[in-house]
Amino acid sequence: MVRSDYSSYDVIVVGAGHAGCEAALAAARMGCRTLLTTLSIEHIALMPCNPSIGGPAKGHLVREVDALGGEMANNTDKAYVQLRVLNTSKGPAVRALRAVCDKELYRRRMRRTLSSTPNLVIRETAVTELLTDTKGVTGVRTKTGITYWAPAVVLTTGVYLKSEVFMGELKFSSGPQGQPAAQGLTESLLRLGFKTGRFRTTSPPRISARTVDYSQMKEQRGSRIPLAFSAWNNPRPRRQLSCWLTYTNEGTHKIIRNNIHRSPFSADVLEGAEPRYCPSIEGKVRHFPQRPAHQVFLEPEGWNTDEVYLTGLFTSLPEDVQVQVVHSIPGLEQAEILRPGYGIEYDYLPAGQLKVSLESKIVAGLFCAGQVNGTSGYEEAAAQGIIAGINAARYVKGCRPLILSRGEAYIGVLIDDLVTKGPKEPYRMLTSRAEHRLLLRSDNADLRLAPYGYKMGLLPEEKYKTMQAKRERVQAEIERLNNERVNPTTEVNEVLKQLETALLSHPAGLADLLRRPELSYDDICKLAPPKEPLSSAAADTVEAEVKYGAYIKKEKRLVEQMKELEEKVLPSQLDYDSIKALSLEAREKLGSIKPRTLGQASRIPGVSPADIAVLMVYLRGGGAQRE
Amino acid sequence: MEKDTIAAIATAVGVGGIGIVRISGPKAFAIGDAIFSPRRSGKISEQESYSACYGMVIEKAGGKVIDEAIALVMRAPASYTREDVLELQCHGGPMAVTAVLKEVLAAGARLARPGEFTERAFLNGRLDLAQAEAVCDVIRATTEANLKIAQEQLQGRLSKKIRALREELLSLEARMEVAIDFPDDDLPELSPEQLQDRLNRLISELESLIAQGEQGRVWREGLATVIIGKPNVGKSSLLNALVGRQRALVTDIPGTTRDVIEEVINLSGLPLRLLDTAGIRKTKDVVEQLGVEAAKEQLALAQLVLLVLDAERGWEDEDELIFSLCQGKKTLILLNKIDVGKVLTVQDVKRFCPGEEVIPLSVKKGYGFKELEDKIIRFALGSQQAIEHVSVSNLRHLEALDRARKALQETSAALSAGFGYDIISTEVRSARLELGTITGETIDQELVDRIFQDFCIGK
Repeated sequence: MVRSDYSSYDVIVVGAGHAGCEAALAAARMGCRTLLTTLSIEHIALMPCNPSIGGPAKGHLVREVDALGGEMANNTDKAYVQLRVLNTSKGPAVRALRAVCDKELYRRRMRRTLSSTPNLVIRETAVTELLTDTKGVTGVRTKTGITYWAPAVVLTTGVYLKSEVFMGELKFSSGPQGQPAAQGLTESLLRLGFKTGRFRTTSPPRISARTVDYSQMKEQRGSRIPLAFSAWNNPRPRRQLSCWLTYTNEGTHKIIRNNIHRSPFSADVLEGAEPRYCPSIEGKVRHFPQRPAHQVFLEPEGWNTDEVYLTGLFTSLPEDVQVQVVHSIPGLEQAEILRPGYGIEYDYLPAGQLKVSLESKIVAGLFCAGQVNGTSGYEEAAAQGIIAGINAARYVKGCRPLILSRGEAYIGVLIDDLVTKGPKEPYRMLTSRAEHRLLLRSDNADLRLAPYGYKMGLLPEEKYKTMQAKRERVQAEIERLNNERVNPTTEVNEVLKQLETALLSHPAGLADLLRRPELSYDDICKLAPPKEPLSSAAADTVEAEVKYGAYIKKEKRLVEQMKELEEKVLPSQLDYDSIKALSLEAREKLGSIKPRTLGQASRIPGVSPADIAVLMVYLRGGGAQRE
Repeated sequence: MEKDTIAAIATAVGVGGIGIVRISGPKAFAIGDAIFSPRRSGKISEQESYSACYGMVIEKAGGKVIDEAIALVMRAPASYTREDVLELQCHGGPMAVTAVLKEVLAAGARLARPGEFTERAFLNGRLDLAQAEAVCDVIRATTEANLKIAQEQLQGRLSKKIRALREELLSLEARMEVAIDFPDDDLPELSPEQLQDRLNRLISELESLIAQGEQGRVWREGLATVIIGKPNVGKSSLLNALVGRQRALVTDIPGTTRDVIEEVINLSGLPLRLLDTAGIRKTKDVVEQLGVEAAKEQLALAQLVLLVLDAERGWEDEDELIFSLCQGKKTLILLNKIDVGKVLTVQDVKRFCPGEEVIPLSVKKGYGFKELEDKIIRFALGSQQAIEHVSVSNLRHLEALDRARKALQETSAALSAGFGYDIISTEVRSARLELGTITGETIDQELVDRIFQDFCIGK
């Protein structure tokens, strides 16, 4: 008999990828005794695919995780080899950070954070079975025969469930990067009544930097302006590594076309099931035959390795074909492949089986997050991980779950889309999926979400106070811009002339000047600086709020209008079949998805506005009576 | 959040009878004050609950009379919806009622969704539990009926056009969104000039669609009608009889192109503008006195010609001349004095005027007016596709088109003001959503699908 402190926990997190790390940290930081299991301690927070974190929408997610009290942003700040701002000219709503990370450093630092967190126990083991009783989950059993008990379990198994690797004619059971696949757990889930599906993704070959001829490529440097992902880290100048850009050519495409029959996936399968935002090079050559060249980015995988990731060259063609393909590309003629690319197929749990809290509808206390829910990407995984961790902890404590709405966070959009629409391909966050993205900016993630993080007991007080101070500075500065005017003096007009904008003949408000498209907040400070300069983060928010004020107001009104629907909670035991006024399709869809609110119901494909009207009537009358 | 004010036609659509425009919500009475001019009593907002007053519905912008109506005031909570409710009982036909509704919407109400009054009644606790099922059925039924109507109307060119516009908007959006979400991919750039160009084209296409929809204005502004004929066939008596049969709503309206005095009569909701030059009433011989040119001018203004013949006299040269002047105009031929004359018969007229409609008439005896009025209405309904454009669900369409146009104008303004793709694309999206409400297309996945379909992504 093992000691109970070895086998009993409040929360068990199964899998230590990006979702698992955030989930375990959140639960432990919220005071739950937490067990984090992993197949391999060395591979905690592994980045098996590209070395980058962030980008449009994904970078927003990272900021939001940070605002709630998560680790990904901070860890990226410590581990990046390059950091850039994207979309500078496309508006503040879509401006985003993207980092290229030292993969090894990223893992090491995350592991250090985990192991120094009180209440958190890490254990290398393979969970093969979920244990339940009539009330819900009770724990897990491992391959080695040990049982761990907990009232809440978070499944963050990534792409490991019964995963198989494909490379040309080869196919074998394996997780990513030679890790073992997770066996047994799928069967346990099926026995509990879960449905599973299968998704696929591909990764590119990695090459040795020492064998690359960079003279034929275009350099892409990091930002010269110091940046930081986390709202609580001060941007500091740092040495960075460059990425490099080269292109495929007709020769490359010919090699691919000649060998396409050796792809592990037949042509029609190839078209149907691979994620469209991350297509294999063979897919791109097939779908866009008119394009003479495709981009290939070389991204370094760290400070202390010569390994380089070939973004854009995702492939599951046989290794010998990959060698030819790589060598056909300018600058890569002599490149040594360190690891060939491969396709991987894995079990996932269609997310329609989850509530918006990420708790399963089938087994109480069982939460799921990350790629096992059918998403792709480290950032999407981390975003779900922190929510699952928070809600597992709150479940244990008997508190209501934290649910972020579509109007307040990308995380809200992500989870709502997942559980409501049941994506048919691995789900990637895109800014175009967020209907209120003017409100969900990267610059205000902390202002939006830190209050939640603090209230959950996850975000430490001093960070919360930092955010409050920023909020006050932002508000005060906006007020100053609204009230202060500059006079049409010679000096002022001289500055305006230098800024290539219209000169003044009458006094003008600072806010009005800032609304001129050609002027930035920094320019305004040249005319009339505040008493104390703002942090660049606060300045970004001030600029966005003033320049885009009218649009932001409009967007807020739309969110308000939706609120009525979003706040109408549907009884979970509502019998949709008995509401004959609903369309057949709506009855079926509503019954299976069991939306939490009317707002969520309205987004289910196949549920019409008339069905929503019917439900509204029921909420007030019949439905409420039946409860 | 305060509830908005909704309005809709509360009676079944059909020619003739009373049509009720119902307005419910906090602004119901304010809207009433803005567009309704009581004949004797005070303002709508000062009326007691359950009082009725007689007056005119007035076009807010132009001050023109749209219809006479009885306004029924019901104060919250003693109303169907338990909100402030104003009902305008219009005596005009469907088109007059639609015109009134349009005015109400222009004054700040929102077009109600099908079943929304009932829904509000229910939500405000007006209906009891037992009625819940029935309410739901009503919502379902009206929505489906509405959808069916809309779809039928959309079978034609209009729907094709709107779908094409949506496609165009979608591809614009996809161009921007793909650049936003995949900034490192080398994708075709869309310059601000190109974008502005495409926006302008879209705006003008929407404008012409809206203009087509507005063709239904015959029903609001009246059908210009000319009575013509040789001397002594009974033109004046016909005019007087028409005016006498119907209450003349307005007497002095200046003509749009020249100083012509009109008599406007209300024919089952259709304002019939009888163009009344001095000549028609006073001279004995219009063709002689005004000459052929003058007759032509008069006819040029007309949308409908009533050509009067005399059954007591034969088909004379003057008839031949006048008939030839009417070529190319919708003409109804009236064979007057059939109670006394047998010289010219309907068959004769049909021989002289092949393919024309002939209505036997006796102004003196009051015979044939029913047929005349029916034919006029049928002409106004049939020859104009107008009827489609101004029916209720099409008013909905027009509103949506107009909102889409506004959104695109805002897009264009934002573009010239130097805003980024984040704003521009959002504005284009709202235009697309408006058009989607017409065609009933879902927006769910289509943008994302489009991005992946059109662009090679995969950094």
